[in-house]
Amino acid sequence: MAGKTLFDKVWDAHVVDTVPNGPQVLYIDKHLIHEVTSPQAFSELEERGIAVARPDQIVATADHNTPTVDQHLPVRDVLSRNQLKQLSENCEKHGITLYGLGHKYNGIVHVMAPELGITQPGMTMVCGDSHTSTHGAFGTIAFGIGTSQVAQVFASQCLLLTKPKSLRVNVNGKLKPNVLPKDVILYVISKIGTNAGTGYFCEYAGNVFEEMSMEGRMTVCNMSIEMGARGGMIAPDQTTFDYVQGREFAPENAEWEEKLAYWKTLPTDADAVFDKEYSFDAEDIEPMVTYGTNPGMGIKVTGTIPDKEDVNLDKALAYMNFKKGESLIDKPINYVFIGSCTNSRIEDFRIAADFVKGKQKAPNVNAWLVPGSQQVAKQLVEEGLDKVFTEAGFALRQPGCSACLAMNDDKIPEGEYCVSTSNRNFEGRQGQGARTILASPLMAAATAVAGKITDITKQLN
Amino acid sequence: MEKFTKLTDTAVPLPIENIDTDQIIPARFLKSTDKKGFGDNVFRDWRFKQNGEVNEDFVLNDPTYSGPILVAGDNFGCGSSREHAAWAIAGYGFKVVISSFFADIFKGNALNNGILPIQVTPEYLKELLALVAEKPQTKLTIDLENQLLSTPAGELEFEIDPYKKVCMINGYDDIDFLISKKDKIEAFELERSF
Repeated sequence: MAGKTLFDKVWDAHVVDTVPNGPQVLYIDKHLIHEVTSPQAFSELEERGIAVARPDQIVATADHNTPTVDQHLPVRDVLSRNQLKQLSENCEKHGITLYGLGHKYNGIVHVMAPELGITQPGMTMVCGDSHTSTHGAFGTIAFGIGTSQVAQVFASQCLLLTKPKSLRVNVNGKLKPNVLPKDVILYVISKIGTNAGTGYFCEYAGNVFEEMSMEGRMTVCNMSIEMGARGGMIAPDQTTFDYVQGREFAPENAEWEEKLAYWKTLPTDADAVFDKEYSFDAEDIEPMVTYGTNPGMGIKVTGTIPDKEDVNLDKALAYMNFKKGESLIDKPINYVFIGSCTNSRIEDFRIAADFVKGKQKAPNVNAWLVPGSQQVAKQLVEEGLDKVFTEAGFALRQPGCSACLAMNDDKIPEGEYCVSTSNRNFEGRQGQGARTILASPLMAAATAVAGKITDITKQLN
Repeated sequence: MEKFTKLTDTAVPLPIENIDTDQIIPARFLKSTDKKGFGDNVFRDWRFKQNGEVNEDFVLNDPTYSGPILVAGDNFGCGSSREHAAWAIAGYGFKVVISSFFADIFKGNALNNGILPIQVTPEYLKELLALVAEKPQTKLTIDLENQLLSTPAGELEFEIDPYKKVCMINGYDDIDFLISKKDKIEAFELERSF
């Protein structure tokens, strides 16, 4: 019998029951919730007179619909304020821990949970947010769910699911200078497309991922959903264990030793077989930018927009106001966003700060730097990065999802381009008529300094 | 959840690929705390221009086309997990979406809201899109019990998870089922070794 994959091992350890010829009942260890996708689930339970089954396995934060300035003041937008109030009331009523606006642990759900040690290898985790795949960086089965499923987990701490197929993406070799984890995942998605992973759970393997920091692995796993995969995982190793150990909610002492021994059994067996597999050479990857309206429409920054007959390409380019065959280098850019659950961790800001140090932001650029959590914001100050940014003409905002989905006031104006470290370049994602170019934090920082897209491969920094 | 058994009606063609949930319902409309009203803003930025004027070119504004069946391009519902997209589709009055590919989370959300996603081959989708675009009065019949999609051109058997089929036909949802497993879930919690 073939060996088991990392995914198989974690999945099989959480199956409570199997419906004959049907789905399985999967136990969920941790359930993360936020203000936008939970209120209707709480209402559903209340209408049916059902209690929350395991409130101590749920953690809540406010992130999607929160302002990134003046968080100490009442939220101005009435609807947003009401949504936040409902989250507080629901958490209070059901005994759920909430890291609300201003709390020292508040932040984007996929930034705050890992940094608190809530996310651990071998767990099953869900959240009403498709970028829950982020937590797969720890060797966790983590995936986004709809609000009906949020209600199901509230009611039973379980979900009814059909086991997905297995996919492995291997990247081996040596990455070129200035190629970041974001470039790796944008490259992979540009090669295999936005639905290559649909119906699959992905494992990322190879020395490129093994050598990445946890922050980098989170960036990669975060974007699994952008190739259609419900989740993406990376085998837990010493890097993972070192990251988790000592964090607020990480196991300690004997429990740590016991869990560590278990986590070490999780990596995919050598003889395991995947339903689908892709392999790429690290040497072929360069800093990436997107030119279209889905994350698969990416090119190397030194490349040119594909010149082919395709109605979908035509539609995307009409929206972006780009032409087939052209390069994006030197395109003037007025907006830069460094933030989102993809790239708002301390490492991302270190990279950006390292580049902008001693330089000045271009006068035409509005740059929004939004840390992923209060802890990241605090660390920025401790490391003196806030001063680096201030001296270079940048202002740091307060934590939240911000311009990634533009639910709050952080909207890119119509027709403007934004070089963004977020995960989606869909039409209108960052504001009605806004044009998003996805890139790494380094590309974003370089754009903010130059006021236009630059060839980072030529920068000596 | 509303029951779904059989439906015969006209369809709306939307031959755009990779329609993401941000197009189905833009994030700025996600501030509501109930499930109602999302249908008013379905495909908002395609239905209306920035200045609020109706975009006459968009199919939902074309009186030639109507009906509770949406025939859409490949990879429908990709992107965000927002169930608001399913509430918007249902709220507008669609009961069936036919495409050559559905994103996972949207598909689950649709089924949990009584919307039937029917996956067909890319070739079949192309013909069906042409048929409903050219002959808007064409009636399609969807028979869930027998898993048949019928058009004047013939019948096609479609697939659906057998468990989900029972749920749709009877209007059940997963909460009832999961709660019935309470004893097994509690036993699992006691027995797990880690």
